[in-house]
Amino acid sequence: MNLTEEQIQRYSRHIILPQVGGIGQQKLMDAKVLLIGAGGLGSPAALYLAAAGIGKIGIVDFDKVDISNLQRQIAHGNEDIGRWKTESAKNTINGMNPDVEVVEYRVPINAENAMDIVSQYDVVVDGTDNFPSRYLMNDVTVWLDKPLVYGSIFQFDGQISVFKKGDGPCYRCLYPFPPPPGSVPSCHEAGVIGVLPGIVGSIQAAEAIKIVLGIGDPLIGRLMIFEALEMKFHEMKIRKNPECPVCGDSPTITEPIDYEEFCGVQVGV
Amino acid sequence: MTEIQIDQELDIRGEVCPFTFVKSKLALESMDSAKVLRIITDYEPATDNVPRSMQAEGHEVISIADNNDGEWTIVVRKK
Repeated sequence: MNLTEEQIQRYSRHIILPQVGGIGQQKLMDAKVLLIGAGGLGSPAALYLAAAGIGKIGIVDFDKVDISNLQRQIAHGNEDIGRWKTESAKNTINGMNPDVEVVEYRVPINAENAMDIVSQYDVVVDGTDNFPSRYLMNDVTVWLDKPLVYGSIFQFDGQISVFKKGDGPCYRCLYPFPPPPGSVPSCHEAGVIGVLPGIVGSIQAAEAIKIVLGIGDPLIGRLMIFEALEMKFHEMKIRKNPECPVCGDSPTITEPIDYEEFCGVQVGV
Repeated sequence: MTEIQIDQELDIRGEVCPFTFVKSKLALESMDSAKVLRIITDYEPATDNVPRSMQAEGHEVISIADNNDGEWTIVVRKK
């Protein structure tokens, strides 16, 4: 263990914790976390992971900052409008913690690149706003045996879970196949209260940090549902489905799939 | 009184809370179990806080002594 004087001061509130200490802080500094999306969920997740001293944070996003993002995407500011979200997020992260190595992936995550990118990280935080990326991330993390911290938001409600092969179900155990395009409101139609992704993304960061440290009980086999209007958290037990097309006993999906994008644009082409 | 063998010494004079405990804890983490650390501090509140936090983490506080020169010595055995 080799913390500098500055790191001892920066992470002192971690080091004091019996469950973390200098040893745990070193684990955080050695960890590599991949964020899919630098938007509503990815912003708070990126900031708290960076503040915690995660050594390497990969960010996949193929979007540029728009003024309509700023109601909730707190990694970006007014002066970032028009910049790549990965670049803007990197700038914000390193402004807070220059120790963090940020790797930008300014590409749409797709069947061609997903395995290669994900294989370079320890934990994946899913902050996507679309079904194709969500299913792709689920499948790839199952095959590569990487924990996936899932989060999603809709209007005033959020969902969080952790999918970890061997220890619990995957996303497809819950929802085997994506809904047909057009059957659910797209990210552009639904609306969202701006603080909601802040809560859900922060919970995702907490789960990723716990996984890296190997402490506590991550949301494996549990789906947490948050309702901001009622200000309630609920929890549902979720079970591994033996007939799951990806992690079941006889999988039918064995290669990455590019589903059609539901928001009207095609991804992966 | 039998003499306690000191395995490592940590001078944290000039440090205040919480860094008195932070640095003591980091020193203990680098030591083997059952080894003894002697901590020198010139910050009086640390004579309460450091032993309390050490005990909370399961370590044995062997002694807290006032050196009568504005400095204190805390001796802790790692669990």
